[in-house]
Amino acid sequence: MQTALRTSLPETELASRANFAPTARVVREERQERQGHQVQSSGLPLSIRGLRKSFGDNEVLRGIDLHIPAGQFVAIVGKSGCGKSTLLRLIAGLEKIDAGSVSFGDAVVQPEDIRVMFQEPRLLPWARVLSNVEVGLGRDRSSSDAHARAEKALAEVGLTDKRDQWPSVLSGGQKQRVALARALVSHPRVLAFDEPLGALDALTRISMQRLLERVWRDQGFTAILVTHDVAEAVALADRVLVIDEGRIAHDVMVNVARPRERGSVELAGLEGSILSHLLSADDRI
Amino acid sequence: MSLIDSISLPRNFRLPRVDGLIQWIVPLGIVVVWQIACVTGFVPTRVLPAPSDVALAGWKLLLSGELIRNIWVSFWRASIGFLIGGSIGFAFGLANGLSQLSAKLTDTTLQMVRNVPHLALIPLVILWFGIDESAKLFLVALGVFFPIYLNTLHGIRTVDPQLIEMGRIYGMSNSELFRRVIFPGALPSIFVGIRFALGIMWLTLIVAETIAASSGLGYMAMQAREFMLIDVVVLSILIYALLGKLADSASRVLERATLSWHPAFQKR
Repeated sequence: MQTALRTSLPETELASRANFAPTARVVREERQERQGHQVQSSGLPLSIRGLRKSFGDNEVLRGIDLHIPAGQFVAIVGKSGCGKSTLLRLIAGLEKIDAGSVSFGDAVVQPEDIRVMFQEPRLLPWARVLSNVEVGLGRDRSSSDAHARAEKALAEVGLTDKRDQWPSVLSGGQKQRVALARALVSHPRVLAFDEPLGALDALTRISMQRLLERVWRDQGFTAILVTHDVAEAVALADRVLVIDEGRIAHDVMVNVARPRERGSVELAGLEGSILSHLLSADDRI
Repeated sequence: MSLIDSISLPRNFRLPRVDGLIQWIVPLGIVVVWQIACVTGFVPTRVLPAPSDVALAGWKLLLSGELIRNIWVSFWRASIGFLIGGSIGFAFGLANGLSQLSAKLTDTTLQMVRNVPHLALIPLVILWFGIDESAKLFLVALGVFFPIYLNTLHGIRTVDPQLIEMGRIYGMSNSELFRRVIFPGALPSIFVGIRFALGIMWLTLIVAETIAASSGLGYMAMQAREFMLIDVVVLSILIYALLGKLADSASRVLERATLSWHPAFQKR
């Protein structure tokens, strides 16, 4: 039923998302149950079948088939323009699907369940840090516990003391942490990252990677990370997908125990082999 | 970050009290030089009366109540005209910024009207309204309309599309998107429009009052010219300068209060 819904998408994908739930009341009860029992929101499985997308004459995705089990951390790598960001945007419902389907198991999916984090923090400059986090609550923004929930999310990324600051006074890394708190505050079940650390310096990147890994392990959402940094992909992900010319060229499992030691021989070996895939793809052109 | 730090550093050394006064050094200096030039006879008082004479004329007019009455009339005309023209300009700016249909329907027309100097309409306006209040209000409203319209439109069109996408992802309704993202994003530009409009407001009003009026500052100056009261003429001109500065300061205060998030307006 989900598949059918996703394939017959109307003009705006986002608008259709709002109608996913059969009735709002049922959904709310389900959510309350989840929060009431303090159960960690579990990840959603993700199934993609025959996914295609073109922009004009340019076919960006040429048939993607993919199954991601609930709670898995998947990294998507590929050279610029390979379609990895487009794939992420289709999963997050930010673009219209041309053909194929994206579905999230049999669960009732609502907008708050799927969140995206971009390379740019996209914080509202005219809202204080805490209000920016509250934006992430979606329809629960005006509920009475909005403040408390936002503060909890802010604590999770270690920025409680910045709650009353304007975003303009924060550093790049701090802004991304606020953006992460905003994405986490609704306890999403799928979190899509579009090069979230691309604009950060090397040290901030490493501490942000640890933060991402920690919140993923704490909350158990399904994580999809688009990155151009293969070292980052193997350090964080359970599985690395290499996209080339709109198709999945390689699907590599990263069977390395966590916590992972950066620069270990195991990770370096994996990184080398994935890089060689990427480079050979480059050489063909 | 380090660049911003290094720029804001010297500001910390400036004493705030001196900071407020520093802008008045040049105007005061001009008045002093002017007074000396008049007293020494370098400038004949027939051409330019001394500041002390102007102040005296002002004091006399103040005592007779004429000054206050004329300032009040001009102030009232300026504010009402500004409110009418500004509201209409803001409404069109919003409509055309948010709706393609509305923009297609009205923007071309408005751009054509904009290119007619509104002061060129004075003969027509006198024929329509005579020299009563509505003529002045009409001209001020028309003059104020365009800067506010253009800057509101520009502000809304240039709101970061990434923020709008973010708002939609996080499930904002159209009204919420407007309230939380589009309007605050357009506000700096709207204030630029308001400050332009304040300048045009005075200009229009003074010209209109000079040409056709029976009260107000412009009328007071024209009346004084008839009787060769050069000190009153100069006084009127100085009052325009002060009122203009006052309006600009008011809009700055408003700007600071509403744009405190903006790095350019943050207290250091």
